[in-house]
Amino acid sequence: MQELINRIKELLADKTVERVLGWKAGDLSYNPEPAYFKTEDELENFVYDGFCGANLSKYMIEAAKLEGKTLVCLKPCDTYSFNQLIKEHRVDREKTYIIGVGCKGKLDIEKIKAQGIRGITSVSGAEIDGDAETLEFETVYGKKSCSYNDVMLERCYVCKGKEHVVYDEIIGESKDTSEGADRFSEVSRIENMSPEEKFAFFQKELSKCIRCNACRNVCPACSCRKCVFDSNKFDSAQKANTDSFEEKMFHIIRAFHVAGRCTDCGECSRVCPQGIPLHLFNRKFIKDINEFYGEYQAGEDTESRAPLTNFTFDDCEPGIVGERG
Amino acid sequence: MQRIGVFVCHCGSNIAATVDVNKVVEVIKAEPGVVHAEDYQYMCSEAGQEKIAGAIKEHGLTGIVVCSCSPRMHEGTFRKCAEKAGINPYMVEIANIREQCSWIHKDIEEATKKAVILARAAVAKVNLNTPLKPGESRVTKRALVIGGGIAGIQTALDIADAGYEVDIVEKTPSIGGRMSQLDKTFPTLDCSACILTPKMVDASAHEKINIYTYSEVEKVSGFVGDFTVDIRKKARYVDMTKCTGCGVCQEKCPSKKGLSEFNRGLNKRSAIYTPFAQAIPNVPVIDTDQCIKMKTGKCGLCEKVCQAGAIDYTQKDEIISEKYGAIVVATGFDIIKLDQYDEYAYSQSKDVITSLELERIMNAAGPTKGHLERLSDGKSPKNIVFIQCVGSRCSDNRGKSYCSKICCMYTAKHAMLIRDKYPDVNVTVFYIDVRTPGKNFDEFYRRAVEEYGVNYIKGQVGKVAPQPDGQLMVHGVDLIDNKQIKMEADMVVLAAAIEPESSVRKLATMLTASIDTNNFLTEAHPKLRPVESPTAGVFLSGVSQGPKDIPETVAQAGAAAIKVVGLLAKDKLLTNPCTAHSDELLCNGCSTCANVCPYGAISYEDKQVNDHGIRETRRVAVVNTALCQGCGACTVACPSGAMDLQGFSNRQIIAEVDAICR
Repeated sequence: MQELINRIKELLADKTVERVLGWKAGDLSYNPEPAYFKTEDELENFVYDGFCGANLSKYMIEAAKLEGKTLVCLKPCDTYSFNQLIKEHRVDREKTYIIGVGCKGKLDIEKIKAQGIRGITSVSGAEIDGDAETLEFETVYGKKSCSYNDVMLERCYVCKGKEHVVYDEIIGESKDTSEGADRFSEVSRIENMSPEEKFAFFQKELSKCIRCNACRNVCPACSCRKCVFDSNKFDSAQKANTDSFEEKMFHIIRAFHVAGRCTDCGECSRVCPQGIPLHLFNRKFIKDINEFYGEYQAGEDTESRAPLTNFTFDDCEPGIVGERG
Repeated sequence: MQRIGVFVCHCGSNIAATVDVNKVVEVIKAEPGVVHAEDYQYMCSEAGQEKIAGAIKEHGLTGIVVCSCSPRMHEGTFRKCAEKAGINPYMVEIANIREQCSWIHKDIEEATKKAVILARAAVAKVNLNTPLKPGESRVTKRALVIGGGIAGIQTALDIADAGYEVDIVEKTPSIGGRMSQLDKTFPTLDCSACILTPKMVDASAHEKINIYTYSEVEKVSGFVGDFTVDIRKKARYVDMTKCTGCGVCQEKCPSKKGLSEFNRGLNKRSAIYTPFAQAIPNVPVIDTDQCIKMKTGKCGLCEKVCQAGAIDYTQKDEIISEKYGAIVVATGFDIIKLDQYDEYAYSQSKDVITSLELERIMNAAGPTKGHLERLSDGKSPKNIVFIQCVGSRCSDNRGKSYCSKICCMYTAKHAMLIRDKYPDVNVTVFYIDVRTPGKNFDEFYRRAVEEYGVNYIKGQVGKVAPQPDGQLMVHGVDLIDNKQIKMEADMVVLAAAIEPESSVRKLATMLTASIDTNNFLTEAHPKLRPVESPTAGVFLSGVSQGPKDIPETVAQAGAAAIKVVGLLAKDKLLTNPCTAHSDELLCNGCSTCANVCPYGAISYEDKQVNDHGIRETRRVAVVNTALCQGCGACTVACPSGAMDLQGFSNRQIIAEVDAICR
């Protein structure tokens, strides 16, 4: 982390960048927050560790409007979101200085809590430097520990790999944490359910939704200037909370809106305070796109045409899409 | 608030027999905005239209809903009627309670309920309708004919004779098409080439006709009156401006292994070739798969012998971009592949041939110089069996469900010609039915039976078994005598079903012209608009629309031409005002709409906007309404809902859906 901070200080000092988008220590030891840093003093609070799951690429939409260059720290998977935003003309590559930061898998505090580790006062082993495989916790109930690999975010078990797809420089090592897991296994399990079972599954999951909009607000693909659910121009605006059934429409419409653009960054599920596995909707679309049109990873590049907004003579017939359901 | 009138049509008994029209009138009166509702026997009649016009004036209506047939039938009628009575024609909505309701339901109660729902949806939409005004677009006075067979040639000649420029695009090296492969034509038995080649010459000599052979349509954009088409002129490796057509190159070419496409692969041709003697243009092409120079770099004999210096091994494909007001599809047909019909031993015996192959064998310029002989051993056949309906009128998935229409007649022709030239040859025809509906057709078939003694057997052939001695054992059934038949034959001729040329599928996609499950192009109306595609400005000629013989093809080709001429004669066309527009305050500038727009109507601009006090420069979508065709692809692709379509706005559609779900 010190190498990263030193380099940031240099870039601020020589005016290469006006400001830095990174993470600062939060109120609790396991919840660092996205933050801007403009001075060397402010960097006292800079933090980058295993809890820095937040994808900073979306913040660059607003940062692009500010004077001068902004430095942003992006993990390998975050760079896909950034590329996708370049493709959609939402961010300005020219006004961005990307430090690709190393990543060895990010931690899921809910999984840590589920291991009975509560009342955490401090953590060690989450630092980005070194190869600690065990997390040590000081808690109000005494010392606790668990294995780093057991408590990562779901997305890290299906990691896109350690390569940054867009960057100016890279600081720190990255590790592919996927271990060959099939990211579509849960989607396949749901696909094989009967319609009644599927309905019951989504009914159960989505009934937890409190419409806090965290999933939408964090999503790099949900970057509309004005969301259709917030605009009084559409009758759909407040439709999604008129009753418990229509409430589910919010998530389904959202999944349709990001289909073909979602990079599967997993932020939606990470931030959901109700623990709804929202990424499954998006992954269903990704799986279908892969099956119908060939493997496609949104954000892998900035030029290619996405299958859903492109037409080729090799496209499968709509009837086939219909039959597959 | 609109003042809406609802007019429910009985359509004689078409609607009224299944939908309780009085009930529809009664229920719809209670809908918000509806101030008047009535029913009448035929709304489209003059009396019906007068009722509508009268009600508009009497009740001060601002919008109307006509519950009747499909808008494809009478939307125009009612729009004109409304306009005459003083309201904007786009304040008219049609609730289709015939095709989408009365015709498909039997239960009156159910159908009435649905009719009310459809009417309610239309009322909900009219409540949000706004007056619209059509614009104007120009007409490029030039037509494109795709396909240089008899259909394309005739269409092009008729358009050109009316004084308009026409381009023909033909994918093979010469125009002429299937007809050029035929020996004689029914029912007059005149030589096919003798009647076709003068037309080919006329077309090539016509000052208004420009022919692109060995070329294919690569890309189509634009719309009626203003299409832009990219044509790929494939490299011939022969300079058309220099070649004199002397033919020396073809004689000297040492590579003679290529199969002659023109002779259906029955004989070989040189690597540099013209498909047939009367080819137009009389300029050869080089088959790069066969050319020794192209494959190994050595040879170059054709270049050496060419006095005109026309050979150019470095020639490249060329893309020509041209504007057209109208496009005619005349892509024709091929016969089906017979790999699903192994029982006829087509792949096992050289003496089982298709009728088209027989045409080439019978033709003086064919592989046997017109002499009827077995391809296996060159012997003259003594017994020939014709099998009809191979893949036509097929009830399983192997073949086609339709009748190929020409086979009965050409088989009678073949049988008659063989019996005439070789009276000692026995000819047997197995048939399901003999279909001869055409002028002098039945007389022709009767002559084959009565004068020429062709043996017609009603029944199908189950199997053709090649024997060790090279003979073919035909196992069939005679349905009239109700007995099984086994007969030996030296030659079996299969009347294979015809199907649209395989390239038509891709072409139809480029033209957004619809095709049916058999890949035949669909007409705008099967009875009343048979030569027009539902896509404006695209017309149909020949077998690409459905099986037909030469006289029918020529007649349809002329009909398509007159439709094209009718279009090109106009200087301006009224454009559909239902075009897309973008709300610049909602636009993200993401380019999704521009990516999906098939008409290239959307561009992006950096524009100064004032978003509730925030002044900034934003990248926003701008629609060119002259190019927009109102397909709506952008409105559904736009994630933020900034794109909307006039006349079919998101709000209107949601209002309709809400009304249906209420």
